[in-house]
Amino acid sequence: MRILVCVKQVPDTTEIKIDPVKHTLIREGVPAIVNTFDAYALEVAARIKDATPDTTITLLCMGPEQAKAALTECLAVGGDTAYLVTDRKFGGSDTLATSYILATAIKKIEETEGKFDIIFAGKQAIDGDTGQVGPEIACHLGYPQITYASEANVVDGKLQCKRESDKGYDILEVAMPAVITVVKTDFEPRYPTLKSKMAAKKKPIGIITFADVESIIDAARIGLSGSPTKVKKTFTPVREINCVKIEEEDPAVAAQKALDQLNADKVL
Amino acid sequence: MAFEEYKNLWVFVETEENVAKPVGFELMNPGRRLADKLGCKLVAAVVGGSVQDVAKTAIQYGADEAIVVEGDEYYQYSTDAYGKAMSTIINKYKPSAMLIGATNNGRDLGPRLACELNTGLTADCTGLDVEDETGNMIWTRPAFGGNLMAMILCPDNRPQLGTVRPGVFKKPALDETREGAITVEDVHVAPEEIRVKIVERVEEIAELVDLQGADIIVSGGRGVGGPEAFAAGGEVYELAQLLGATIGASRAAVDAGWIAHAHQVGQTGKTVGPKLYVALGISGAIQHLAGISGADYVVAVNKDTDAPIFSRANVGIVGDVHKVVPELIAAIKKQRG
Ligand SMILES: Cc1cc2nc3c(=O)[nH]c(=O)nc-3n(C[C@H](O)[C@H](O)[C@H](O)COP(=O)(O)OP(=O)(O)OC[C@H]3O[C@@H](n4cnc5c(N)ncnc54)[C@H](O)[C@@H]3O)c2cc1C
Ligand SMILES: Cc1cc2nc3c(=O)[nH]c(=O)nc-3n(C[C@H](O)[C@H](O)[C@H](O)COP(=O)(O)OP(=O)(O)OC[C@H]3O[C@@H](n4cnc5c(N)ncnc54)[C@H](O)[C@@H]3O)c2cc1C
Repeated sequence: MRILVCVKQVPDTTEIKIDPVKHTLIREGVPAIVNTFDAYALEVAARIKDATPDTTITLLCMGPEQAKAALTECLAVGGDTAYLVTDRKFGGSDTLATSYILATAIKKIEETEGKFDIIFAGKQAIDGDTGQVGPEIACHLGYPQITYASEANVVDGKLQCKRESDKGYDILEVAMPAVITVVKTDFEPRYPTLKSKMAAKKKPIGIITFADVESIIDAARIGLSGSPTKVKKTFTPVREINCVKIEEEDPAVAAQKALDQLNADKVL
Repeated sequence: MAFEEYKNLWVFVETEENVAKPVGFELMNPGRRLADKLGCKLVAAVVGGSVQDVAKTAIQYGADEAIVVEGDEYYQYSTDAYGKAMSTIINKYKPSAMLIGATNNGRDLGPRLACELNTGLTADCTGLDVEDETGNMIWTRPAFGGNLMAMILCPDNRPQLGTVRPGVFKKPALDETREGAITVEDVHVAPEEIRVKIVERVEEIAELVDLQGADIIVSGGRGVGGPEAFAAGGEVYELAQLLGATIGASRAAVDAGWIAHAHQVGQTGKTVGPKLYVALGISGAIQHLAGISGADYVVAVNKDTDAPIFSRANVGIVGDVHKVVPELIAAIKKQRG
């Protein structure tokens, strides 16, 4: 079985602070990490690999040179081979263009490595937060998709996934090849060992540039100019609420004051 | 792309087992406002098993007309069936823009459609407007875990698509006298075209926790101290009982195992829009606040005067939940006599 996992390198958005004066994101000093949900996706893939002999996991990331670090990290926890898709021409892509480039890269890798049975992605990247790249890759490749999966197992040659629903969960089944996007799982991703870290550092990372896919990609559908959505502007959210803050020694007095305010505002 | 061919604003009304998800009706609210501003029709696109009643209700909530695709293959959601139904009617009628509720299924369908139709999709919007000069949609959405807001346009492709977060907009008033044309489109999908099958549907939550439809929510966080607070006799439970409120929780409380995930409010839980939101022992992390942007009025109880929740609260009591909440319950009971 051949599995591909899409991995995005992202800033750790829980560490991001807002500049109180300029109202912009302070990105300096914010660590770059493997997107949380991609780490879960890789763990789901690694569990299939544990259970299924002769399974390999290929990692695919689009990003700048630094993103190699994310791939190396993933090579230490189950990944076998890794590719970085990188080119200035790919910069500024929205989700439609990003997914088109990634789908094209997948076809390129398949020319030499053979077809993938399962393509995993995270449910969403914690920076862009759209959750659109996975389903759009599926559409570009013409594959079926299961989104928001928290488990995936191969059963009788088919893939079964657990997907959360409003009232509980569904068990869904699909023939491969298919694209699966993964949510937070009940289990934690495995840790690398010293040995697996050393081995990962030695593994080469394949590079895919525009020139490598030039014959199979439509240049009008990539990058900023090939993206249908445009970011018009960004701003930091303002919360202009004047809180009536009640600080009283006696909780009964505090409660009564709060209730008086609710009455005055006609809330109850 | 001949732009002038694309007209009208659509709202996709999602159904599951013939019942509409509330967000479809919520979207009639901004939908009506935008359609009036654009001078176009507001059209409900309803897909499901047998859903002409849902279409009728969508009109009563403000749509001018409805287009229905129905059949057994749509009784439960599948990407393949819904994708085919929607792309078929979109290609036929050519809406200029479409709003899709950002439920799991909406966010499964949206990108599939966008890619199929080769157009842009803005994710999980919390604000909607149109540009005066061009009539283009302006989609406003949070990114970077709610730390940044972005205004997104899709100027050169049609239709303009966006998923919109549930709970941000309020359902408009229902007008039972309102009428409009309902057109049923005959689109069918053969069983073998639906590539993902439901093997098993497990309902594990005894009662559905309807946070998104709730008028009042009382939520507890780590500061309530333990699972007792959510059980009978506990602060969260008793205040919720008294107010007729639904119980919510922060992720810290859910992760600690004090209450089921179905109660979680926030970025990875439910987004809610109650008239009153009461936060007990919740610090107000950005991921929690992301879930309550639609709340009309927020009351917070926290012992830390600098807790960020107070910046989102209308009334804040600095104090111990265990001391303040019983007094609050007593005061409300006394007032009610
Ligand atoms: C503030 C802001 C708002 C934006 N809003 C939109 C919008 O509404 N619509 C839109 O189309 N674009 C939008 N974009 C552009 C979008 O962020 C980029 O296209 C980004 O490259 C992919 O989107 P995402 O981060 O949301 O990924 P998601 O779709 O959330 O990612 C899902 C999964 O896809 C895989 N994946 C995603 N990117 C990569 C990658 N580079 N390499 C490998 N795997 C990857 C990962 O497995 C990931 O878990 C926005 C950008 C910004 C800065
Ligand atoms: C990707 C991501 C997604 C997330 N999604 C969500 C989400 O959907 N929902 C969510 O809630 N969180 C989410 N989080 C977690 C979030 O960042 C916070 O960790 C979480 O909201 C904290 O919960 P809390 O406020 O209950 O706990 P804490 O932050 O620990 O706050 C407890 C508060 O209780 C107060 N307190 C303590 N004792 C008392 C007392 N006796 N009386 C009164 N006050 C008291 C304290 O002063 C403190 O302010 C997410 C995080 C990440 C990284």
